[in-house]
Amino acid sequence: MTQNRYLPFPSRILDVIKHTDIEYTFRMEFSGEVKPGQFFEVSIPKYGEAPISVSGIGENYVDLTIRRVGKVTNEVFEHYTGDTLLMRGPYGNGFDLDNYRGKELVIIAGGTGVSPVRGVISWFGDHPEERKGMTIITGFKSEKDILFKEDFRRWRNQMNVILTLDAGEETEDHKIGLVTKFIPDLELADVSLAQAIVVGPPAMMRFSVQGLLARGFKEENIWVSHERKMCCGLGKCGHCKIGDTYVCLDGPVFNYTKGKTLID
Amino acid sequence: MGFHVNAQQFDQWLAGLKEDYDVYAPVCIRGGSIYSDADCIRYGKIDRIEDVVFDKKSEYSFKEAMIPVSETLFYFTEEDCTVPPARKKGAVIFLRSCDLSAVQRLDDMYLGNGPEDFYYERIRSRIRFVLMGCSKSFDSCFCVSMGTNTASRYDLCVNVRTDGFAVDCPNREWAEFFMHCGCEEQPVTPDRVTENRTKVTLPENLSTEVYRASLWDEYNKRCINCGRCNFVCPTCTCFTMQDLFYTENGKVGERRRVWASCMVDGFTDVAGGGSYRKKNGERMRFKVMHKVFDYKERNGYHMCVGCGRCDDICPEYISFSRILNRLEDGMKEVSGS
Repeated sequence: MTQNRYLPFPSRILDVIKHTDIEYTFRMEFSGEVKPGQFFEVSIPKYGEAPISVSGIGENYVDLTIRRVGKVTNEVFEHYTGDTLLMRGPYGNGFDLDNYRGKELVIIAGGTGVSPVRGVISWFGDHPEERKGMTIITGFKSEKDILFKEDFRRWRNQMNVILTLDAGEETEDHKIGLVTKFIPDLELADVSLAQAIVVGPPAMMRFSVQGLLARGFKEENIWVSHERKMCCGLGKCGHCKIGDTYVCLDGPVFNYTKGKTLID
Repeated sequence: MGFHVNAQQFDQWLAGLKEDYDVYAPVCIRGGSIYSDADCIRYGKIDRIEDVVFDKKSEYSFKEAMIPVSETLFYFTEEDCTVPPARKKGAVIFLRSCDLSAVQRLDDMYLGNGPEDFYYERIRSRIRFVLMGCSKSFDSCFCVSMGTNTASRYDLCVNVRTDGFAVDCPNREWAEFFMHCGCEEQPVTPDRVTENRTKVTLPENLSTEVYRASLWDEYNKRCINCGRCNFVCPTCTCFTMQDLFYTENGKVGERRRVWASCMVDGFTDVAGGGSYRKKNGERMRFKVMHKVFDYKERNGYHMCVGCGRCDDICPEYISFSRILNRLEDGMKEVSGS
């Protein structure tokens, strides 16, 4: 008999990490195959489901960094350690670490766009022997919007970290300006082999990719992850379709050679 | 195996189905039109063959009888999720060749394109199809252009004759009934139209380049994004998940999926206020290209079956087939030749 994939399973909240007033990481009980960049449908009966990308993976847990911006996520924030949420997934292709092994790596992420790549950053941070030079350019609106502050402390010792804010005063910890400002000056041993990942709001992704191409990156070495409405995660509901592509099945991670053909 | 069947014999056969099947066919709903004092042809349960409307096109497709407009996925209480039981009976659905072609599209979407869908499969596995032969084309039909004027995967085919019905019955179990009740055997092939008044020609070089053509701009104003075209379409499958609750404290309720439309606001909304395809012309382009371009890129054949219902239902008199015929000029415009 066909498996009923719409049925969620209950998952216990193991911990809640508060980043900002509206962004918390919920550490959820989960054991099973999962990759960074994949997503779960998280739900609360009566409020509905929302696709949330995996921001961290550990033994018997996944981290879901959730922004309080909608009906479901508002309600998620009323839940505490020990409570349960309903989940189904993981869905989507996620990031394949093999694509970046042994290469120079640049990751550009904006706001909650850091969540889906956090697993990639941490893994290559902890395994420097698995890659060559590594730079991350992460942008947030202001100081109070910075996510994963503890990770950044660790990352700063492991790789070249550029943390930038849209506005405010420049300090030792962060620069001021959009992420695109820092692309021309990227120091790379061989740009023709370097890999780049770009995740964030549509406009930020568009201009970042333009910047990378201008800097000499090859299209096939750039990877993007798209956010779309995903009701089912199973290729059925149609909300995430772009042209002949279903973001939930074929993505959300795309090589730019494919990503550039996706026109809503 | 073919037979000549009179109305009485047909009704006997229908009566015999009742135990295992609900029988759905296009019926006339008196006063059911969106216009006053007018009737509506849409799908309903039938007991007798005379209930079936053969001489008009149903405004809504068979899809209504197959995929519930709103389908409960499970009920939830504080602790549990309970899946509702499958329908007690299977279904026999009367439909034309364009619609039977549409079934293949529904199958490919729900049973393919990612994992098999539990809810669709359990309905689909118990459906039998009765093909209604088409002796004439209706105004907006363009099945010949889409290659859907013939169909072969049916359990029974019925052609209307002045003195009864010419029936082809590949389903052996059913054929036995007609043999036993004394129906005269005769060779029967499904009636089909070989020419439509509406003809559609798609450019062979059609590509996503046509996104840039100016023809879409017209629909920014003309289309009112009501989504009726999606709801009458036999091949549209999109849905949205919806939770509702029965009790004040919200602890008991259900999760449903309900039909959705890519033309209607909110279809692409993501958390935090983002959305895509804000203009109605962009939505029209998205829908058109799905029906005659990108679905084919994925599945190897066109999604649109040429039933023309979207033309018939549009309150703004937008003709889908006309848009398809404009694609050639659109391609010329963007390729500059």
